Amino acid sequence: MNTTIMLFLVQDGITNGAIYALLGLALVLVFAVTRVILIPQGEFVTYGALTYASLAAGQMPGTAKLALALGIGAFAFDLFVARKALHGRLVVRSFITNIVLPSIVLAMTVYFAAQKPPVAICIALSLVIVAMIGLYLYRIAFQPLAHTSVLVLLIASVGVHLALQGLGLLFFGAEGQRGPAVLSGAFTAGALRFTGQSITVYAITVAFIVGLWLFFGLTLYGKALRATAVNRLGARLAGIRTTLSGQIAFLLASVIGALSGIMIVPITTLYYDSGFLIGLKGFVAAIIGGLVSYPLTAVAALVVGIVEAFSSFYASNYKEVIVFMLLIPVLLLRSLAAPAVEEEKD
Amino acid sequence: MQSRLPIIVFALVMAAIPFVPGMPPFWIVLLDNIGLAALVAMGLVLLTGVGGLTSFGQAAFVGFGAYTTAVLSTAYGLSPWLTLPLSLAVSGSLAVLLGLITVRLSGHYLPLGTLAWGLGLFYLFSKLEFLGRNDGISAIPPLSIGTFKMLSPGSIYYAIWVAVIFSALLTMNLLDSRTGRAIRALRRGHVAAEAFGVHTPRAKLLVFIHAAVLAGLSGWLYAHLQRAVNPTPFGAQAGIEYLFIAVVGGAGYVWGGVLGAAIVVVLKEVLQSYLPLILPGSGQVETIVFGIMLVALLQLAPGGLWPWLMSFLPERTSGKKPDTSLKLEQRPRAPGEGSVLLQVDKARKQFGGVVAVNNVSFDVQAREIVALIGPNGAGKSTTFNLITGVLSATSGSVSVLGKKVDKAPPQEIVKLGISRTFQHVKLVPDMTVLENVAIGAHLRGHSGPISSMLRLDRADEARLLAEAARQIERVGLTEQMHQLAGSLSLGQQRIVEIARALCVDPMLLLLDEPAAGLRHMEKQRLATLLRDLRDGGMSVLLVEHDMGFVMNLADRIVVLDFGTKIAEGTPATIKTNPEVIKAYLGVAA
Repeated sequence: MNTTIMLFLVQDGITNGAIYALLGLALVLVFAVTRVILIPQGEFVTYGALTYASLAAGQMPGTAKLALALGIGAFAFDLFVARKALHGRLVVRSFITNIVLPSIVLAMTVYFAAQKPPVAICIALSLVIVAMIGLYLYRIAFQPLAHTSVLVLLIASVGVHLALQGLGLLFFGAEGQRGPAVLSGAFTAGALRFTGQSITVYAITVAFIVGLWLFFGLTLYGKALRATAVNRLGARLAGIRTTLSGQIAFLLASVIGALSGIMIVPITTLYYDSGFLIGLKGFVAAIIGGLVSYPLTAVAALVVGIVEAFSSFYASNYKEVIVFMLLIPVLLLRSLAAPAVEEEKD
Repeated sequence: MQSRLPIIVFALVMAAIPFVPGMPPFWIVLLDNIGLAALVAMGLVLLTGVGGLTSFGQAAFVGFGAYTTAVLSTAYGLSPWLTLPLSLAVSGSLAVLLGLITVRLSGHYLPLGTLAWGLGLFYLFSKLEFLGRNDGISAIPPLSIGTFKMLSPGSIYYAIWVAVIFSALLTMNLLDSRTGRAIRALRRGHVAAEAFGVHTPRAKLLVFIHAAVLAGLSGWLYAHLQRAVNPTPFGAQAGIEYLFIAVVGGAGYVWGGVLGAAIVVVLKEVLQSYLPLILPGSGQVETIVFGIMLVALLQLAPGGLWPWLMSFLPERTSGKKPDTSLKLEQRPRAPGEGSVLLQVDKARKQFGGVVAVNNVSFDVQAREIVALIGPNGAGKSTTFNLITGVLSATSGSVSVLGKKVDKAPPQEIVKLGISRTFQHVKLVPDMTVLENVAIGAHLRGHSGPISSMLRLDRADEARLLAEAARQIERVGLTEQMHQLAGSLSLGQQRIVEIARALCVDPMLLLLDEPAAGLRHMEKQRLATLLRDLRDGGMSVLLVEHDMGFVMNLADRIVVLDFGTKIAEGTPATIKTNPEVIKAYLGVAA
């Protein structure tokens, strides 16, 4: 192996690692606020990517309809919960966010899909669609379970993953898709060639990491979100709206997921079920980061990306085995260092 | 002890099913699949529902069982009956390996860890040459007895269901035993169980192995039913499905696993055959419905269907009173139990910059009631935790009978004859009072998991329950013996904790606020009990806020304030001590 190959592998690893870092961050975010281990994160990736690719190819993505369907469901949940005290304002607000918004987006999608829109519009529409799906999903699937244990939330999360993956097949078919580059052009530095696409990936990742870190560390609202994670009842008594915190977390996670998808789909072909594996690698990074630390998660994600790149070069058959088995020594270290704290469950 | 009648009826019904005239052969295939899934789900019931350890990786253990017999019976021509123990051994020993790494992880790390190695192992199955890569291994010989070969789904049916019913019996026996109580206590955190000598990591590993061996058994049967294996049924999806089965049935109930398997297998079949007619699409529609149903189920019936079904049956309130004439061996007495029992010497505990306990020294003599008092946050409970080994001191030492026990874990402290109660009650709410109290006698029993499964532990078990019943009688809760601990009032739950601590046969009893939540009469009864215990030769160290109670009961009082000892003496001297008055009431300006 010569230096050039090594550099190529490192570069490849960093690009993938940056994506895993973003996903890992979203997972940490959602877990820290809602205690949901977000298995469907992978579906946000594929939905974002394939919606973008479909739009760019002038096809109508089914996800826009799904957003409206979920919105109707969320509206029904809102009405049902508030059935004893229906205020006009509440109904109107819920109607606007859950019905009017996705209807407008659906109309726009139908309009634009017919005429092969420019890249910027494809990106914007895909992001909005997936963001709405994330938001309504929280309302329908997770908000009613918000008081339960991590385990129940985890199993629910698996259920949502299964349903979304099945829907993904329905919407996008079994064929893989690729999308147009977000930023074309490239330059070379020494032996390495940097495409506009990979530069975008790095820039967005760094921006998100710094942004989230600052948001949670410095702003009052970020601290309120963290307080919700530690003690829901306590946070509510202190005046924090816990359902709003959950909604924000899911909104951010779905946007991050969709954005990651849009950034990968010009580089690799994505299938309806590709998201699961990509998301899981984000998980590996998030677990290494202990599900709490943003910078550590980001570093871990780069390590995962590089290990993956090297193992696909040396032992491509065992690529996945190696990446997932990477977790075992980490778990071992964590279990040796685990403090003997008492946890009250249920 | 559960009645065996429903199980016998169930076994007879299952045995008769293949003889029902006109039974479609396809139904037998479904029943075979239900049995295979039920075995795995049963393991998960113990692991997840009872033990509180979630695993998404059980499918990998099914794979180990299946591939072990596939390789050995094709490449090496071993008889399937010979490969059975080997399949179980392979699943079991890999469970030890993975378990050692993962079961010590807390909460959400465990399920994520299992998901990760479940996936990793799936890819390993599909890449290894000697396992046939993605194609797997075919032409596995069928099970046979003499010349009778179990080639049809109808003939292996009996092998599968005999395995299911026996596994269910063994699992239920295990749960209803000394080891079972330790396992059932796991879900409520480890501090209480460890205070009575339960080695919690070992108990967790045990259920992990049990679940893996059941999964391995299912895999072995699967390989000989299909007579071919490939990696697909052992992937992450399958692991998720097994957990789904356990949740649907009711993750805390052995028969819930069987019920869940029946529902899910049949439902999947129905969905696969009828959904395409309603919703034409490119397959996978059943996964959508599946996922939605899983979420709906969690929202509507988080406990699963088995407890819901059982709630229609008349409640069985009874439970036999144990034969209290049976005696348990006494805890071996150490020489010197007549002098200084406990010596705390300049014990100090710092949490970061906070000094919770600041160089506190005191001792407890034999036949003495010592009270530890002080305002909130004075470090009383932390001192208890230092003595019982839950926390280790930053500096200073704790000696029991003249021997330093600074680094000893809680399990070792209780062996020395020091038992305790907790400020925040730590009982297992869905176990009866009797079972909760019997955990206290854990170290005085000997039966292990294997003898419990085979019911060889009954003599030992009867003595343990007799001791528990005696202590319950002693604290005056005989009427509540067979009620669930969670249904008692908080005051009564504290008394249950005292009975549990007494089951250790202790020389020194540590009580953390025993009188909180008790009514006046109950307090008087408690004081009488504690005096009787002292007169019987036991010492008591208690933390209490009720000054009337303490002053009338204690022989000696130690006062802490902000982690520092400010006074020590008889109740009379403490009452007039100016430092103490200052700590409690403040000083006049």
